[in-house]
Amino acid sequence: MADTPRFLLCLLVMAGVTYLIRMLPLVCFRKPIRSRFARSFLHYVPYAALSAMTFPAIFYATSSPLSAAAGLLTALLLAYRSCSLISVAAGACGTVLLCEWAMRLLA
Amino acid sequence: MNPPKHTFAEGLRDGLPIFLGYVSVAFAFGISATGQGLTVWQVVLISMTNVTSAGQLAGVPLIAAGAPLTEIGLTQLIINLRYALMSVSLSQKLDMDVRLGDRFVISFVNTDEVFAVASGKAGQVGRAYLYGLILPPYFGWAAGTFVGAVAGNILPAFLISALGIAIYGMFIAIILPPSRTSGAVLGAVLTAAGLSCLIYYTPLSISSGFSIIICTVVTSALLALIKPLPEEERTHG
Repeated sequence: MADTPRFLLCLLVMAGVTYLIRMLPLVCFRKPIRSRFARSFLHYVPYAALSAMTFPAIFYATSSPLSAAAGLLTALLLAYRSCSLISVAAGACGTVLLCEWAMRLLA
Repeated sequence: MNPPKHTFAEGLRDGLPIFLGYVSVAFAFGISATGQGLTVWQVVLISMTNVTSAGQLAGVPLIAAGAPLTEIGLTQLIINLRYALMSVSLSQKLDMDVRLGDRFVISFVNTDEVFAVASGKAGQVGRAYLYGLILPPYFGWAAGTFVGAVAGNILPAFLISALGIAIYGMFIAIILPPSRTSGAVLGAVLTAAGLSCLIYYTPLSISSGFSIIICTVVTSALLALIKPLPEEERTHG
């Protein structure tokens, strides 16, 4: 684990980079981006990043890949039906809970 | 003043749904981050200074693993690059009464959800409305993180295991609905997931941080070349 000075340095880098990204355009930019490629690239960034962060990490987010897969299926189903962020997250958690409870009974 | 100004109270009201969403996600982040060895005050400090779910979730394992500062900074840059476009877009939406000092404060909490709500308002948005809009999400994010970080230490293991999937459930709730209506977004989601799994399951020694960078840049550049946005369309990040 990081000691305090090292942690504060990491914090400064994380928060500084994130703030500059948000602050500089709002303070400096007064005209919209014209480059079609840059606009298109930035458009896909959140979807690509969130997807890359979810897969395959989601399978190792719980105590068993099996319960995680069940939670993933529930999340896909609820998200497909356009449920709210909270509902999808809660549904996935509930499924993992049930699945691991059933696995303990069978074990 | 032709259209009536959006008030501070209206901003607070619009910020409440974001507050509720953030409390639960921040709660999951608090549990996840303390589970990786960070102390409660460290985790809360991260939430109060960063105010970004994806960036924080990617940053904590890097801090815990003692990754180099360049990797931590570059990861934040790539993951949070979308905020630059949102801030550019938001700058076009600001009322005349939003001064330079206000821009320094508002940009600090310009999250995906805050940007989405502000963009959806009719006409220009003024400083009163924006301050109302960013207050509930900011405190929801900080308070949710604190409760999650504290409760994560006392909750039973099976509950922690179940809540570990919450943040990924939220990510799926964000990426799946637009994937249904846009083949290009679906392409981006599938390409990034495939690349990420490829890197994870092959014996390459690539850290999770750089994996996200590689997957995001390759996927976004590929899709921007194959399926660029229409010339005149206004994007919402």
